[in-house]
This record gives sequence, structure tokens and C-alpha cells, in this order.
Amino acid sequence: MSTVRRAPWVDPLGAVLLTIGAFGWLTLPLVLFKANRILPGVPHTLAEVLPTSFVVAVYATLATTAYVALRVASPRVRLATALLAIAVIAVAVAAAASALTPPGNRVVRVAPGGAFWLLLLALGLLATDAIARLRPGPLLRVGWLVAFFAAVIGALHTGFFDDLSILREHAVNAARFADEVRRHLWLALGSLLAALLLAWPLGLVCHRLPRLQGAVLGTLNFVQTIPSIALFGILMAPLAALAAAWPWLAGLGVSGIGAAPAAVALFLYSLLPLVANTVVGLSRVSSAAVDAARGMGMTSLQVLRAIELPLALPALLAGIRIVLVQNIGLVTIAALIGGGGLGTFVFQGIGQTAMDLVLLGALPTVALAFAAAVVLDALADLTRRVPR
Amino acid sequence: MITLERLTKRYEATTAVDDVSMIVEPHTITTVVGTSGSGKSTLLRMINRLVEPTSGRVLIDGIDTATEPAHLLRRRIGYAIQGLGLFPHRTVAENIATVPRLLGWDAARVRRRVDELLAAFELDPARYADVYPHELSGGEQQRVGVARALAAEPNLLLMDEPFGALDPILRGKAQDDLLDIQRRFGTTIILVTHDIDEAFRLGHRVAVMSGGRLLQHDRPARLVTHPADPFVSQLVGATERALRLLALTPAHEIARPGVVEGPTLPGTATLRELLDALVWSGAAAANVADGAGAADRHVTLGAVLAHGRRAGE
Repeated sequence: MSTVRRAPWVDPLGAVLLTIGAFGWLTLPLVLFKANRILPGVPHTLAEVLPTSFVVAVYATLATTAYVALRVASPRVRLATALLAIAVIAVAVAAAASALTPPGNRVVRVAPGGAFWLLLLALGLLATDAIARLRPGPLLRVGWLVAFFAAVIGALHTGFFDDLSILREHAVNAARFADEVRRHLWLALGSLLAALLLAWPLGLVCHRLPRLQGAVLGTLNFVQTIPSIALFGILMAPLAALAAAWPWLAGLGVSGIGAAPAAVALFLYSLLPLVANTVVGLSRVSSAAVDAARGMGMTSLQVLRAIELPLALPALLAGIRIVLVQNIGLVTIAALIGGGGLGTFVFQGIGQTAMDLVLLGALPTVALAFAAAVVLDALADLTRRVPR
Repeated sequence: MITLERLTKRYEATTAVDDVSMIVEPHTITTVVGTSGSGKSTLLRMINRLVEPTSGRVLIDGIDTATEPAHLLRRRIGYAIQGLGLFPHRTVAENIATVPRLLGWDAARVRRRVDELLAAFELDPARYADVYPHELSGGEQQRVGVARALAAEPNLLLMDEPFGALDPILRGKAQDDLLDIQRRFGTTIILVTHDIDEAFRLGHRVAVMSGGRLLQHDRPARLVTHPADPFVSQLVGATERALRLLALTPAHEIARPGVVEGPTLPGTATLRELLDALVWSGAAAANVADGAGAADRHVTLGAVLAHGRRAGE
């Protein structure tokens, strides 16, 4: 009796992620030791710094994860394994940092190396793919986000990770860090809210008067093509002139550099996605429904409130999502003209060639943008009662 | 009574509706038939002022509609359109409750009326009240659309190609339902269609429009026997005039007492259906049932032919 042997099933995404992780693990260092914060790092392997039992546990976890990524289909198992592996490599790197740092020494820096970042990328993708395969509802997705952030912040507060370079930089800048996060959010959200007040009415007018649409969207499109740094530069002169001409404006914080030009630029960049999404959202509302609503005796305002806005809401929220994610990223650049925000650390870090300081600015920015995207996607799903 | 007085609508270079005058008797169905671009929809939309006339007036029971704010006028007039325009984000009950809520009815009265209408359209309130339109079949959506238009008990119902999206079988059912509803509520209905068969089947009176002008407005039989315009004869169909005429007459109208050898038709059958049964069976006469379903009268082939003969009249 002959048996037909079929090639074993292999998860294609798992194979790609395994390649990325294995490449990082085999070719790049897991931890870098620097005698001070601006010197290039000296790579170390785990075996050099950690007890054998610990190293074996890490290898075992990674091997299991590789197997699960390739051969196990259950998304629950894949998710649990990926999260466990992330925790294990984070603990390993932190333990290595504590082992490499002489007691009481505040000058040396131990940073996660390329292998850590590539593994984190591969494991993060494995986890998000598993979550996507579970098809969680919008509320559950936000629940996952909150749980993940709570776990990360909780872990950082235990003090176990304090010897890692990024947390060292954070400890030095702790007071400023909280301020800059607040300022970052304030700039991103404030400019969004201000833009909404103009963009929604403008989008409505464009929808009602199609002749205006080309001119308005064309102008906003042009604004969008100006590089952000150039726009900051362009705004400096008029804002400085305004502040000089009317001192009370200067008293309100208007000046050529600082938060004012940053807020104005973010406001301008916000307009196009918001107006365009408003126009698209309103134009997709079934014209039969609008005709029926008018024919049954709704006033224009009632049609807008009861029919057009509720049906356009998912598109309006999609506009907010685009702008919020875009603004959280753009605020980083505002630091160049003294606008503040997390970009301050990025540019300081670049100036001092201190990569850990750059990461202190960059990682929270990415996390904020990611959280904003998840929350607004969930909101859009919740408001979409009609199937697409 | 609805009176259209010299209604005209011009858009820059084109005239959509050109000097149309017409009187619609209460408690009747008037169908407006024409090709696309004939101005029939514009005419309809001028009655509830979704389109404001360039000149001319619409009088409802002698009162000029222009004297009332347009949105208040529309709440008194039922309106159903092709594609229905059901609100996709509102449940069936909320859709039907639209006009009653605009009129400020209290919640209990709205609920009662919604249940009453759902039942009248053979939609079980317990099952259908709280579902969304996309969960309904095409025929169910269509019934909800008409129920919504009738929600505030309007005396006048305007319908613009209301059955245009239905397949032929659902369409026939929807037409029967509409005739039934009209008899029950006595609503005056003005219905726009491009389908001449639908216009003949539903209309007590048929208005034929072409190029913005009203060519003829009369009883369906008169359109067949006395077309006022070559376009009307073409629309009615020169090769099936007699059959159309027979389709307009119920068989029981010319039936004689006595039962004969031959097929038996239901009491609702038209002469056209009776002729079809005679040709099919080869019989010389057919019986017509009474209300209870028992055959008591008959119609002969000769009587059918005599009824359809109009040439030389």
C-alpha cells in the first residue's frame, strides 16, 4: 500500500516573520553596551551576561514561538505565544542591562540592539495578525489596546527595566517628558478641533454647491503639497509681523517661532482630509433617501441632522482618524521651530548623537499614533450600522 | 380634488413641463405615463413643490398650494419613489413613523399606526418593526416604502415609478396590493410610470405625456378607442387595441345567467383572460364564478368578440 505524503502545512506569514526574526537574531546584537551615552555600543550576546538557565529559557521560548508561527493555525495560541515571547525578550534585555551596569553607575548605557528591535517587529506583527484573525468587535479592540498599554506602563513602573538606556534618558528628563507629551497631544488635538470647526461647514457648502468644490479642494490640495518644514518657515514672517504690530497677540502666544506657527501649520494640513472626507461622506448618502426625506416634509436642517449627518458619520470619523494620526506625527517636526512636543527629544538626541534620547521621543509618538488609529477605527465601526 | 392650472417648468434652455392643465378627481388613481424626459416626474414633483413651477398653479380642494410652507404641504401628501429611499440607518418602524413624528403625534399613537400599517401590508409587526431595511427582501422593502408614504393618512399619495425596481411577479403583486389599499383607504393616487401596461392596469384615468406636454388625459378605454394623438395610438399599440380594451372589462359585466359546457374563471377575471381561456380550451363559452366561487353565469365567444369590436364606430 502506498501512501501519498503531502508537504506539511506552513503558515506563509509565519514563514516571513520567522525569516525576519531569525535574520535579526543571527546577524545583529541583542544588547549594546556603551561606556557613556554618546559612544558607539559594544555588542554582547545573552550568554555572556546572563545565567545559563535564563539563556536556555529564552532560546526555548523563541524556538516554541517559531514552531507556533509556522505550524499552529489557532489565532488564540499564536497571540498568547507572541505576547509571551515579547515579554521574555523584554525581560532578557532588561536583565542583561542590570547585569552589565556596575552598581550605582549612572553614566553607562545599555541599549537593546538590532536583534531586539527586529524580533519585536516580527512578534508584534505576529500578535496583530492573530488579533485580526480573531475578528474582535470594535469595543474588544479598544479593550485589547487599553490592556496592552496598561501592561507596558505597569511593567515600566516596576523599576525592573530602569537600567535600560531609554529609561535612563527618561529618568533624566522625567519632568520634561510629561510636559512634552501633554504639549504634543494639545498641539495635535487642538489643531484638529480648530480645523473641524472650519472643515465641516466648508465640506457641507462644497457638497451643496458643487461649483465651489473644485476651487476649495484645489486650494487645500496645494497647501497639502507644501513640505511641513517649508510651511513652518513661510509662517514665521507673517506671524512675527502680526505679533510686532499688535502686542496683545504676542501676549496670547503668537510669535514667529514656537507653538503658534506649529498650530497654524497643523490646522492648515488638517483641512484637506477633513473637507474631502466630509464631501465624500455626504455625496455617498443615498440620493433617494434624501429625496424621500424632503418629499415627506423634512426641512433642510432636519434632512441634514436626521439623514445626511448620521449616514456620513463613518466618513467624517475616517477624516478625523487620518488627521489625528497625521498630526501626531507632524507635531514631532514642530519641535524644530520651538513648538515643543516629543520631537524636542528627537532633535536633541540627533544633535547630541544620543540615539536613546531620539527613541525616547520617537517610540511614544508611534504609540500615540497607533492608539489614536485603533480608537477612531473602533468608533467608525460603532457608528456604521449600515453594511457597506 | 386636485387641479393643475397651466403648470410650466422651464430650466434655462429646456422646457420640462409645458402648460399642463389637469383635474384629478378625489378617491381615484391617475397614472401619468410617458417616455423618460417626457416631464412626468417633474409634473409630479411640482404637486408637492419639490420642484417650484415657473408658472401656473396647483390647487388642492380649491386652495393654492403656494400659500403654505412647502415642508408643511409635503407632510400632508404621501410620497413614494423608485428605489424607495428607505432610511438605511433607521428601523422599519422608525421609517414608517417619519411623517407622524414630524407632525408631532404622541408615541403611543405612532406605535399604533405603525403596527396597523405593517399588518395591512402583511408584515408581522413583532418580526419586522425593529429590523433594518437591508435585512428585508425587495418586495418587503417596497411594501414598507408604500406603508411609510401612507403613515399620516394622507388624502393624496404621489408615487414616482414605485414598482420600477421589482421583478415582474412581485410587480403584479404590488399592483394588486395598491389597488386593494386604494379601495380600503380611498386615497387619491397620482402615479408616474413609463410602463403603459401598468398605467392601464392601475389608472382610473391615464395621462399621456410627451416632450413636456399633456397629450391626452382620459379613461383608459377612451385612449384605445379615441387616441388624441399619433403618439398615443403608438403607445397604446396599434396591433393590440382590441386586447387592451378587453383587458379593461371585467368578465362578469357582460355575463349572462346560466351555466354552459366550458372552463370556469374566477369572478375577478377580465374579458382578455376569458378570451385566452376560450382559445386555449377550444370551448365556445366560459363560466364566470360569483363571489363564493360557484359558477352561475357565462360569456360566449361571440359576446367577447362583439364587445371588442370598435372599428367603424
